[in-house]
Amino acid sequence: MEVQKFSYDNRIPRLFAIATISWGVIGMLAGVLAAFQLAFPVMNLNTEYTTFGRVRPVHTNAVIFAFVGNAIFTAVYYSMPRLLKTPMWSKALSRIHFWGWQLIIVAAAVSLLMGYTTSKEYAELEWQLDIAITIIWVVFGINMMGTILTRRERHLYVAIWFYLASWVTVAMLHIVNSFELPVSFMKSYSWYAGVQDALVQWWYGHNAVAFFLTTPFLGMMYYFLPKAANRPIYSYRLSIIHFWSLIFIYIWAGPHHLLYTALPEWAQSLGTALSLMLLLPSWGGMLNGLFTLRGAWDKVREDPVLKFIVVAVICYGMATFEGPMLSLKNVNAISHYSDWTVAHVHIGALGWNGFLTFGMLYWLIPRLFNTKLYSTKLAGTHFLIGTFGIVLYAVPMYWAAFRTYFMMTAFTPEGQLQYQFIDVVQSVVPFYALRAIGGSIYLIGVLLMVYNLVKTARQGRFVESEEASAPPLLRGYKAPAKAHWHSKIERKPVMLLILSFIVVAIGGLIEMVPTFLVKENVPTIASVKPYTPLELQGRDIYIQEGCNNCHTQMIRPFRYEVARYGEYSKAGESVYDHPHLWGSKRTGPDLARVGGKYPDSWHFNHMLEPVSMAPGSVMPPYPWLFEKEINIGSTNSKIYAMRKLGVPYPEGYEAQAVKDLKQQATEITERLKKEKITIGSDKQIVALIAYLQRLGKDIKAATH
Amino acid sequence: MKFINYLEKISGVSIYPVISLVLFSALFIAVFIYAMKTSKESISEMENLPFDEFK
Ligand code: HEM
Ligand code: HEM
Repeated sequence: MEVQKFSYDNRIPRLFAIATISWGVIGMLAGVLAAFQLAFPVMNLNTEYTTFGRVRPVHTNAVIFAFVGNAIFTAVYYSMPRLLKTPMWSKALSRIHFWGWQLIIVAAAVSLLMGYTTSKEYAELEWQLDIAITIIWVVFGINMMGTILTRRERHLYVAIWFYLASWVTVAMLHIVNSFELPVSFMKSYSWYAGVQDALVQWWYGHNAVAFFLTTPFLGMMYYFLPKAANRPIYSYRLSIIHFWSLIFIYIWAGPHHLLYTALPEWAQSLGTALSLMLLLPSWGGMLNGLFTLRGAWDKVREDPVLKFIVVAVICYGMATFEGPMLSLKNVNAISHYSDWTVAHVHIGALGWNGFLTFGMLYWLIPRLFNTKLYSTKLAGTHFLIGTFGIVLYAVPMYWAAFRTYFMMTAFTPEGQLQYQFIDVVQSVVPFYALRAIGGSIYLIGVLLMVYNLVKTARQGRFVESEEASAPPLLRGYKAPAKAHWHSKIERKPVMLLILSFIVVAIGGLIEMVPTFLVKENVPTIASVKPYTPLELQGRDIYIQEGCNNCHTQMIRPFRYEVARYGEYSKAGESVYDHPHLWGSKRTGPDLARVGGKYPDSWHFNHMLEPVSMAPGSVMPPYPWLFEKEINIGSTNSKIYAMRKLGVPYPEGYEAQAVKDLKQQATEITERLKKEKITIGSDKQIVALIAYLQRLGKDIKAATH
Repeated sequence: MKFINYLEKISGVSIYPVISLVLFSALFIAVFIYAMKTSKESISEMENLPFDEFK
């Protein structure tokens, strides 16, 4: 048969690898900064661009979409052509993908630091960037499908299934979760409100973890682990079962992020049940990886690549054992909002994503430069201190979580809460400091890797492309009569794509449709009213400063929460909240019912200098809110947009809105004046106070 | 005043978890049978795909 010549391009994988390393360092630096800020509030540096509320989303977006994202693309652009015996379909699309993605990352970092955010976790970027991401993602998809359709290898290796399923699911998640109504340049409101918004958000959030941090990395594991160990995967049969059960179950588990919240009970139970089942395919994958190395452990002891991969796979096993446990309601009662979640996240992130990426890079860079790794010993050192860094990150977080739980739930014999919130904060600060040190050590390991890889590249010569040859696929191929029906699916990528889409879409639909269908008969609590124009502006300032990164607005139905924060939260209370602000981490106290708890002057002083009102607080001061003015000009379009989304502002209210806003602002400044505080009524702090004083008021008015 | 979680009231909502379980079991069994029935040769062909990139 005729044999065709072609070449594998190495330039694009090199570019993506460089981006992975660079963004990795930057994203983790942001993580280290955030970690130090929680221990030492001066590290907020007293500027609006560097407060924790803005740095944290920069950290999460940078490590997930820039570090992990570029690592995925490195793997795909390296392994896919080789598995399919053909170059990537289009060099131009590869380049557009690379530069487009990096441009989005830069724009994301700048806009997040400037306070442009939707507040939805892992989807903070504003509407223009959402559109740009969609375009680049489609470019990536076309390039992948083109490559697959022009391949010279009939069978698709399991790694490619994982890449394809990840691609199609991320596309679906991103589009559904990003429905938003632009209000102005750089501002939009979520299409969904309250419970629905929370459900869509965590359906997205959970599956971003699943289909960005997990399934593409399993694809990487199935390619790079056999390559590095130079032996095939332990059981290819298991990998088939692993793939289908994993993508089927993952999509259902989102509600485990909303246990004990106002989310309907049945959805919570569904999330728990499916999360428990998730343990099986996850461990199937882990064992498949580990068993591949059976009888080769002596190799593991010497080869840093295998060491990193093995620990990565073990951390994957730990995170996927812990995850289902965290989905049990009684465990989640302890872990939710606490540092336990943060520990869980970083076992996955530092161990599984970080180490697998490092293993891949240590294997790949010498090959791209046709040389040996500059220093195996240095890589071994990286491995040791990296592992130590993970331990020093995780252990203090678990400790802090339990300490927090015991203190939060302690009652005196008289039935009073034993500790103030601030006592709890004070007692976990030392653990935050330890975590910051652990993170720094991990980052030092990464810097060692950068040095090692740069030296490796210097000592070698870059191989721009590698020649290969293979016969083309014949048209009109007929499978041998005994071939099984599934082998057809494996050969037909479009069918595989569609099937995996159906599998993931079913889960999403069953989970969400009922919640949306009954939207019309939500018995809106009569006393819950839309926000006033000033409160609406204040709410947007709350979002702009990222307050939701530390404060929740969702009181769970536990005695210790109700006693501390008030009546537990109801679904009907957030029907006008586009987006919801329930939050996922409670570094500061819950704010769902803070309205009326303190006088305006307390909030005024507290925002200017938190420790003056709450000695020992780790909250940063916000002096710029006292200088910057409310963007009054945007009021009308905000009211208009909210009405479009179904918030019942009367028709024509825009004519009245600005007047109402000014009047409410003046009332607040008048009240402040009585307490000898003077401030212009056009300052942002006034709107923020109005919003904070409104929180939870509607229900109080109804019950009293 | 008492607030009731409105969705607890939809009738027959328990059908959803049942549907999901049935669907998953069906998929799992199908995939399991397939994986077990695949011939040794094709399995070995596929698991060796990462290794013959230059052949
Ligand atoms: C040097 C390493 C790192 C340090 C010091 C670090 C530090 C932090 C800190 C301080 C937070 C905020 C926790 C809080 O709000 O209480 C955080 C959150 C987070 N980090 Fe990291 N991080 C590091 C690496 C990574 C990596 C490599 C990833 C992902 C691949 C990652 C993913 C996340 C995520 C997803 C969150 C949000 C967690 C949540 O919402 O519960 N981090 N990190
Ligand atoms: C079987 C697999 C897993 C299950 C069932 C699972 C389950 C959970 C649960 C129950 C939570 C806490 C939700 C809450 O109380 O708010 C959570 C949080 C989280 N998990 Fe996992 N997990 C799994 C694997 C992983 C892996 C492998 C990673 C990372 C690579 C990961 C990353 C995260 C992140 C980033 C969060 C934080 C979300 C937030 O911002 O609150 N999980 N997971």
